[in-house]
Amino acid sequence: MLKIENLHAVVTDSEEEILKGIDLEVNPGEVHAIMGPNGSGKSTLANVLMGKPSYSVTDGDITVDGDSIVELMPDARAHLGMFLAMQYPSEVPGVRPWQFLKAAKDAIDVANGQSKMSVRAFSRLFDEKVTESGINPDLIKRSLNEGFSGGEKKRNEMLQMQVLAPRIAIMDETDSGLDIDALQAVADGVNKMRSPDRSFVIVTHYQRLLHYVKPDVVHILVNGKIVETGGAMLAEKIEATGYRDYLAVR
Amino acid sequence: MTTQERLTISRESQLEDSGYKWGFTTDIEMEMAPKGVNADIVRLISGKKDEPEWMLEWRLKAFEYWNGLQLQDAEPRWAKLRYPEIDYQDIYYYAAPKSQDDAPKSLDEVDPEMLETFDKLGIPLHERERLAGVAVDAVFDSVSVATTYADQLEERGIIFCSFTEAVQKHPELVQKYLGSVVPYTDNFFAALNSAVFSDGSFVYIPPGVRCPIELMTYFRINTEGTGQFERTLIVADEGAYVSYLEGCTAPIRRTSQLHAAVVELVSLDRGEIKYSTIQNWYPGTKDGQGGVYNFVTKRGITGNDAKISWTQVETGSAITWKYPSVILRGDNSVGEFYSVALANNYQQADTGTKMIHIGKNTKSTIVSKGISAGHGENTYRGGVKILPGAENATNHTQCDSLLVGDQCGAHTVPYIEVRNPTARLEHEASTSKVSDEQLFYLMARGISEEDAHHMIITGWSRDVINELPFEFALEAGQLLKVSLEGAVG
Ligand SMILES: Nc1ncnc2c1ncn2[C@@H]1O[C@H](COP(=O)(O)OP(=O)(O)O)[C@@H](O)[C@H]1O
Ligand SMILES: [Mg+2]
Repeated sequence: MLKIENLHAVVTDSEEEILKGIDLEVNPGEVHAIMGPNGSGKSTLANVLMGKPSYSVTDGDITVDGDSIVELMPDARAHLGMFLAMQYPSEVPGVRPWQFLKAAKDAIDVANGQSKMSVRAFSRLFDEKVTESGINPDLIKRSLNEGFSGGEKKRNEMLQMQVLAPRIAIMDETDSGLDIDALQAVADGVNKMRSPDRSFVIVTHYQRLLHYVKPDVVHILVNGKIVETGGAMLAEKIEATGYRDYLAVR
Repeated sequence: MTTQERLTISRESQLEDSGYKWGFTTDIEMEMAPKGVNADIVRLISGKKDEPEWMLEWRLKAFEYWNGLQLQDAEPRWAKLRYPEIDYQDIYYYAAPKSQDDAPKSLDEVDPEMLETFDKLGIPLHERERLAGVAVDAVFDSVSVATTYADQLEERGIIFCSFTEAVQKHPELVQKYLGSVVPYTDNFFAALNSAVFSDGSFVYIPPGVRCPIELMTYFRINTEGTGQFERTLIVADEGAYVSYLEGCTAPIRRTSQLHAAVVELVSLDRGEIKYSTIQNWYPGTKDGQGGVYNFVTKRGITGNDAKISWTQVETGSAITWKYPSVILRGDNSVGEFYSVALANNYQQADTGTKMIHIGKNTKSTIVSKGISAGHGENTYRGGVKILPGAENATNHTQCDSLLVGDQCGAHTVPYIEVRNPTARLEHEASTSKVSDEQLFYLMARGISEEDAHHMIITGWSRDVINELPFEFALEAGQLLKVSLEGAVG
């Protein structure tokens, strides 16, 4: 489904290399966890997958269903069913979450040759997911992410993921800064969405979330490279020993 | 008769009834006086309208005053605007529509560029013909819409008619209030307007009456080289309320067009006037050729406990010189100014407001949002004046600029004069750009770059757009989008 081969990426402005040759293959239905110390390039990887213009791919390839997406703009990647729950979602004054999500859903549907959902049908879907995501309904009457706490922003990212129902969901530290209830809500959301044709790439610094969402594959990313890949057990090892061993090797 | 086609309709503020207003060209044969302005032209205009002696006298005095200014070369030049010298003797001041036989017979005969614009604005098919000036009947149709409402208005004693008609039918009201807020000596452009004004609207709401519908006028500038000089006077008598909408468009023409309107609002004790404008006149070509020069004087005056609220979305014109203001004369009166001004390509906007606090406990709010794109130059020029008698006056000013691209400019020129120590003033200002993070966020959800820009910009303007009547608010959003085309992506 999603395949990453020898991916090298730099910061567009400074040409500083952050990703230094990453290989990764995510099959339909799989949940992959990407773990690593702060500054190892996890967010960069997530953003490069989604096509953020501030990074440039200098070597290697990213394919979805066999087709390279490296040249695609972020919106075109979203149309393919990719989704990135951001580590630091932007505040957008004056834009209501409902309006934003309806526009997103319409754009994706239209790009896939489907007709736009009626306002009524979309509202029903939206309300249902608001309840499911456990987001405070008062918040979604405000401007997008404006004045939201860190945890509320993360719940809002989950809400968007639930409404847009992507095929490839990338989550960048959606678990950090959450209290236990919110963490549970995020885990429930992911578990509920797990399906044979949907894949997850879950970026996390701690293994906390992985207690609730059992990954199929765990990768350790250090200094822009995947240094170890294993099963769910690998996450537990990290829990016990931290990243010390990997950092020492460097 | 008038230099522009004029259509005055009123309608309820309902989504279903979203009569769009946009540019169109009708090749109506014009009966024109020679170019230029002098006392004889003023007499001719007045004579064609069959005006009473006092009206002509007033015009002539205004002309004399303006001519004096003009001889001293006293056209105001303090605004941050650059435009070629205006030759006031090279403009037609009078043109009467003579025949509509030459109007396009169907949409096939209409400028395709205009049809494209209708498309972009999502104007319903049946509206397009009327807007394009196709079917004469259709124009009459909208007049008949007006007459249905006219009964409702008449029942309540509300007067809503053209200025020309008001001079004939309600001379006592016109004489009492004309020039009472903006005297002809006010400024160069107001003086010119007072001498040669073509037509405009007149509204009077009797004491205690709440106008049940939004009143709206719609003007078009139509003949190449024809200056347009509208005159609007709105009076809300004691305890009366009215919401008035002004939407303006001009068809695509190559030479610059001068437009100098005057709007006077009088809100007597406990009266309230809400005046909303969408201005989308022809801004000129992408490289800055042509476009409307818009020099407007808008001002209101309040009685005790009265309110005046200006809301404007200014996306058009090559040059905008406009400062809708409120003289807060009455105690406890309120003045508001909400503005979004967009300058794209080579447009220049110098706009803002003046709040003059005279009465006690007077309160004013200013929210100005300036969007600059392309090579656009946007200046906010705002004055807050607290006079010695204005105990406990308050003002809140919020002045935000948004830059799209790096060739454009945003400028803020606040003037503050406080002559009473009890005054409380707050001023907030910000300049921002559409951030790459915001754009990426929206695009990562599948929204195109252009739509993402549009969504961020309209969101940023929301505080002002929300002040517009609902249907106008929708239109304003579309208009920002169309006006920003080419600036993003
Ligand atoms: N846009 C950028 N400009 C400059 N440096 C960057 C940028 N993005 C990431 N980096 C650098 O790349 C490294 C990896 O960052 P990041 O991907 O955010 O790490 P992680 O998410 O694993 O904590 C860090 O050293 C960071 O400072
Ligand atoms: Mg990170």
